[in-house]
Amino acid sequence: MMLVFALFFLLPLLFVTIVSAWDYNEYEMIPAFSLRGYSDTFEGCIADLPNLCTILKTYLKTLKLCLLTWVLTLLIGFTVAYFLAFHVRSKTWQIVLTLLCTIPFWTSNVIRMIAWIPLLGRNGLVNRGLEGAGLIHQPVEWLLFSEFSVVLALVHLFTFFMVVPIFNSMIRIDKRLIEAAYDAGATGWQTLVNIVIPLAKPGIVIGSIFVITIVMGDFVTIGVMGGQQIASAGKIIEARLNALQFPAAAANAVILLGITILIISALTRIVDVRKEL
Amino acid sequence: MSKSSKLNSRVSRRAVLKGAAGVAGIAAGSGALTGFPYVHAADPKVLRYLGTAVNEGDEISKKCLADTGIKIEYITATTDDVTKRVITQPNSFDVLDTEYFSLKKLVPSGNIFALDAKKIKEFDNITPVFTKGQLPNGKKIGDQGTAPWKVLYLEGANSKTFSKTPTEFVTLIPTVYNADTLGIRPDLIKRPISSWTELLNPEFKGKASILNIPSIGIMDAAMVVEAGGQHTYADKGNMTKAEIDLTMKIMTEAKKAGQFRAFWKDFNESVNLMASGETVIQSMWSPAVTKVRSMGIACTFQPLKEGYRSWASGFCVSKAVTGPKLDWAYEFVNWYLSGWAGAYLNRQGYYSAVLSTAKANMTADEWGYWMEGKAAVGDIKAPDGTILEKAGATRDGGSYDDRMGAVACWNAVMDENDYMVRKWNEFIAA
Repeated sequence: MMLVFALFFLLPLLFVTIVSAWDYNEYEMIPAFSLRGYSDTFEGCIADLPNLCTILKTYLKTLKLCLLTWVLTLLIGFTVAYFLAFHVRSKTWQIVLTLLCTIPFWTSNVIRMIAWIPLLGRNGLVNRGLEGAGLIHQPVEWLLFSEFSVVLALVHLFTFFMVVPIFNSMIRIDKRLIEAAYDAGATGWQTLVNIVIPLAKPGIVIGSIFVITIVMGDFVTIGVMGGQQIASAGKIIEARLNALQFPAAAANAVILLGITILIISALTRIVDVRKEL
Repeated sequence: MSKSSKLNSRVSRRAVLKGAAGVAGIAAGSGALTGFPYVHAADPKVLRYLGTAVNEGDEISKKCLADTGIKIEYITATTDDVTKRVITQPNSFDVLDTEYFSLKKLVPSGNIFALDAKKIKEFDNITPVFTKGQLPNGKKIGDQGTAPWKVLYLEGANSKTFSKTPTEFVTLIPTVYNADTLGIRPDLIKRPISSWTELLNPEFKGKASILNIPSIGIMDAAMVVEAGGQHTYADKGNMTKAEIDLTMKIMTEAKKAGQFRAFWKDFNESVNLMASGETVIQSMWSPAVTKVRSMGIACTFQPLKEGYRSWASGFCVSKAVTGPKLDWAYEFVNWYLSGWAGAYLNRQGYYSAVLSTAKANMTADEWGYWMEGKAAVGDIKAPDGTILEKAGATRDGGSYDDRMGAVACWNAVMDENDYMVRKWNEFIAA
């Protein structure tokens, strides 16, 4: 187990870190120490003040999208999990309904995203409907290729990763606790805040870790739904890779990894997942 | 992207398995154990063909197998991934289908075999567009960017330096090329379009697009900037840092003003944007225009007065290829130039490298429509038999001489590529 972990996780990570401090030219990496990958990345961060440099702007944008997606997936995921755990009584139906949540994954990424155009596009269903209802006279442009559509697609995709761990935590809650709360005269809201949420915390944190790590590194969904006009941390890495600038890409990957680890460790500070499991 | 790379890894894994099984089978079956010499005769002629999906038709590999007995195994990847693979895994392919502009990265890596011009039967019949930078009628064409004739020859068999004069050591045998321009929706624009400046015309605010491949996108941007009279480039395919700054500044302003609906990267994305009416003017590729049109939607590959941005691709051979495999590679390239494949490409709206052999494989009407800018006498059909154009139609941009003669620049890799990619990221983040 340890060996697999070292071979397929630690070793590649070590390579990426080493390569990030190499030099490069048009077609090859040069194994000589150089922090060009890093210094290029932060180009203009001091010179352009008070304007933000590219990398800061990109990370702020990525964090914003990440935060929005996290809040929405958490709200929706929690609600769905709550419904599945406490309102659906039969095991079979719980399983069937959970599986239904995987529907967004049945088609390929690209097709799934192309499918949004007929719905949200300028001549799409939503715009047609609103125009037909007399609510708007001009098609609404921000429905597609905007931050709205990016967050919508991300939420659509990743709510599932919230539902499963939260559901898993919730079904372990001893039903007698809830009955006791009810008997003691707690309102539904009080039961939720004082019993369900604290006991579902590990699920919430695990789901959050899933969603945050995926969204922080995402470049495909943000690219396609944002009309390639919205920068993301992953996109910068992809552009560098495609230009064969591996050390610069590795440097960006190390930065992204660092920031994601910071977020995750802050989360696990709040809840000690290991203890709770 | 993710889709094609997934496909690619699946194909290559299968290829590897098959190869391994084959070796095991041969070893167990006979030769290695008993020493019978017929092992080699039993070897099937297989070439691993690395390239983008654009040129990898099933029909081409089937016809090739029937004519030459060579089995083509396609390895499909995106343009960028093909380049990556050549540099990092030169043993994973035999024949490489790539573009001339990639050679500036590929040749210095030492992974490309210098082909012998004397072994290419039709080499002297390859259109002078590639060898001299002129049309068959002698007219000179634009040489900005990585024009093919700048990187066609090497100084020696093991040289990594491009030769300025013709030698017998060839980097890449051309097969297919075209002249790219803007695609428009004439039904939605409703007025003539004649200049690249229209891409940034506020009239099309929120309805324009360019492609998000930095090295190509910036050249389309440069066509726009130059057409608008803001700057005249010495070489659009090799800008100075100041020129890159200027170009990206103009594009950034347009982006912030909401000029662009979306940028596209994938062939299907460009088709969807145009067909759904999300965009009405955008950089486009010829087969994408054809695809939109085959959906019954008006779309024109609009010739513009400033000219075209051209690209050309063809075959390289990996340096790892030796022995009989190298002979098959030559046989395959020779077959490709012998006419059938050329006609196939011409019928898709591309151009073939050897015009004479392709002409012999096309009808007079087809040749007239695709190559001479004449009105079609009968219906024009795609290679698969679907009707592309009704009788009486003429090709956008006219004849071969009109279109290739108006080429202004070629797809390129700049000396300042590293800086350009950084600026492009800044543009996307703006």
